[in-house]
Amino acid sequence: MQLLTPDFGLFFWMLLCFGIVVFILGKYGWPVITGMINKRGEEIEESIRKANEANSRLANTNAESERLLLESKNERIELLKEASNEKDKIIADAKAKAEEEARKIIERANESIQLEKANAIKEIRQQVAELSVIIAEKVVREKLSGDEAQIAMVNKLLDEVNVAKS
Amino acid sequence: MKFNRIIRNSFSRVLFCLLMILAPLSLSAQESGVENASEEHAEAAHEKSGLDIKELIFSHICDSYSWHVCTFNDVHFSLPLPCIVYDDGLKVFMSSKLGHEGHYTEYEGLKIAEEGTYSGKIVRVSDGSRPLDFSITKGVFAMMISCGLMLWIFLSIAARYKENYWRKPTGIQAFLEPLIVSIEKDVIEPSVGPSGKKFTPYLLTVFFFILINNYLGLIPGGANLTGNITITLVLALLTFIITNVFATKHYWIEIVWPEVPTWLKVPIPLMPVVELIGLFTKPFALCVRLFANMFAGHLTPIVLIGIIFMFAETSVGAALGVSLVSCLVITFLTLLECLVCFIQAYVFTLLSSIFIGLGQVHPHHSEEVKENNLIENK
Repeated sequence: MQLLTPDFGLFFWMLLCFGIVVFILGKYGWPVITGMINKRGEEIEESIRKANEANSRLANTNAESERLLLESKNERIELLKEASNEKDKIIADAKAKAEEEARKIIERANESIQLEKANAIKEIRQQVAELSVIIAEKVVREKLSGDEAQIAMVNKLLDEVNVAKS
Repeated sequence: MKFNRIIRNSFSRVLFCLLMILAPLSLSAQESGVENASEEHAEAAHEKSGLDIKELIFSHICDSYSWHVCTFNDVHFSLPLPCIVYDDGLKVFMSSKLGHEGHYTEYEGLKIAEEGTYSGKIVRVSDGSRPLDFSITKGVFAMMISCGLMLWIFLSIAARYKENYWRKPTGIQAFLEPLIVSIEKDVIEPSVGPSGKKFTPYLLTVFFFILINNYLGLIPGGANLTGNITITLVLALLTFIITNVFATKHYWIEIVWPEVPTWLKVPIPLMPVVELIGLFTKPFALCVRLFANMFAGHLTPIVLIGIIFMFAETSVGAALGVSLVSCLVITFLTLLECLVCFIQAYVFTLLSSIFIGLGQVHPHHSEEVKENNLIENK
C-alpha cells in the first residue's frame, strides 16, 4: 500500500520545488526562449521577404535601365538623323540664297551695264551731233563766204538753235 | 576533426547514446554486483533471511531516507540524507542515525518502521504513529537535483538567446530548441487554443520536468521519481487547479447544464453528475497514467533480475540460462523505456493542454474548438 499512498513530505517538497521552478522559468526562462525564437523566426521571414523584394526590384531596375538605354540609343539615332537633315537643309538654303544673291548681282550689273550703254550711246550721239555740226559748220563756212543769202540762212538756223537752246 | 565537431555540437546525440548504452549496462552491473555479493555470502544470507524478492523490488522502486548505492559483503554503501521531522519541536538529523536496511536503530524516540501501514517510514517508537515528516528523502533529493538541472539548463539557454538571438544555436541550445518549439507550437498552442499563451510556461515546465526525471530514473542508481504517485499527484493536481481556476463561464455551464435532452437533466441530474465525475477522472487519469507507466518501466527489469535469483536457489545452470534471456529482455525493455520516457512526458503535456483547453471554451464556437482540438491532436 505504501506504493499507492501519497507521502506528505514528498508532496510538500514537490509542490515547493516545482512551484519555484515554474515561477523562475516562467519569469526568466520560457518567455525569453520562446519570445526570442519567435522574434528570430519573424526576422528571418521578414528578411527573406525583403531580399525577394529587393531582387525583384533589382530585376525591374535592370529592365528599366535596358529600356532607357535602348530609348536613348534610338533618340540619338533620331537626333543624328535630324541633325543631318538640318545640315542638308541649311546647305540647300545657303545655296539657294547664294544663287539668288548672285542672280540679283548679275541683274544689277546688267542694269548698270544697260544704263552705261544708254549713257554711252547718248554721249556718242551728242558727240556725233556736235562733230557733225562742226563738220557741217566747216562745210557751210566754205560755201557761205560770199553769199548773203547763205548768211541769212545761217542766222535763221542759229536762231532756231538758240530758240531750241533757250 | 569531424568526430570532435560532432561531439561538441551534438550534446543531444551523445546524451541519448549514453542513456541507451548505460541503461542496460547498469542493470547488468546491478545484476553482476548482486551476484558477486551473493556468491560468497549466498548461503549465509539465504539461511539468515532467504532471498526476499519483494523487499528487493520495493526498496528499488519506493522512496527511502538514504540514497542506497550498493551492498557489498554486508557493508551498505549509501548516501545519508537529512531527515527533518516535526515531533515536539523540529528534529533534524542525518538518516545514517537511523541505521540501514535490516539494521534499523532508534533515534530520539523515532525509528523506521519495518512493517505495518507505515513500513519504511519514520514513526514514533512509542505508538508507531507518523510525525510530520519533511525529510529530504531520496525522491526529494533527486527532485531537487532535477529542478536545479532544469533551472541551470533553461536559464543558460535563455541567457544565450538574450545575448544574441539570431546566432545559430549550438550545443544544448540546438538540441532543445526544436523540442521546445515543437512542444509549444504543435502540442500546447493547438490544444489550449488562442487564449492559452499564459499556460505555456507551466506546460513547458511540466514537459521538461517529466522528461528529465524519466531519463534520470533510467540512469543506474537514479530515483524512481515519476513512478512515484506523490509526484504525479502533484502534477495532476496542478493541472486540475489551473484548468478549473482559469475556466470560462461557459465551461461551468456545460457541466451544470449541458446541451442534452432535458429529461437527462431533470428530475434526475444524470448528465451533470457524469460531467462532474468527468471533472475528477481527468486529473486522476493523468496521475495514474504517468505513475503506472513509469512504475511498470522500473518494475519489469527488477522482476526479471529477481527471476534469475529465484532460479539460482534451485540450480546454477538454470540461473545462467535464465540470466541470458533476462539480460536480452531487459536490454530490449530498457531501449523501449527510452522511448516510453519521452512518450509519457509528451502525453502528460498533451493531455494537460487539452484539459486546460477544454476549460477555455467560448459559447459561439465551443463545439468547433473541441473538434478542432481533437482533429489536430490526432
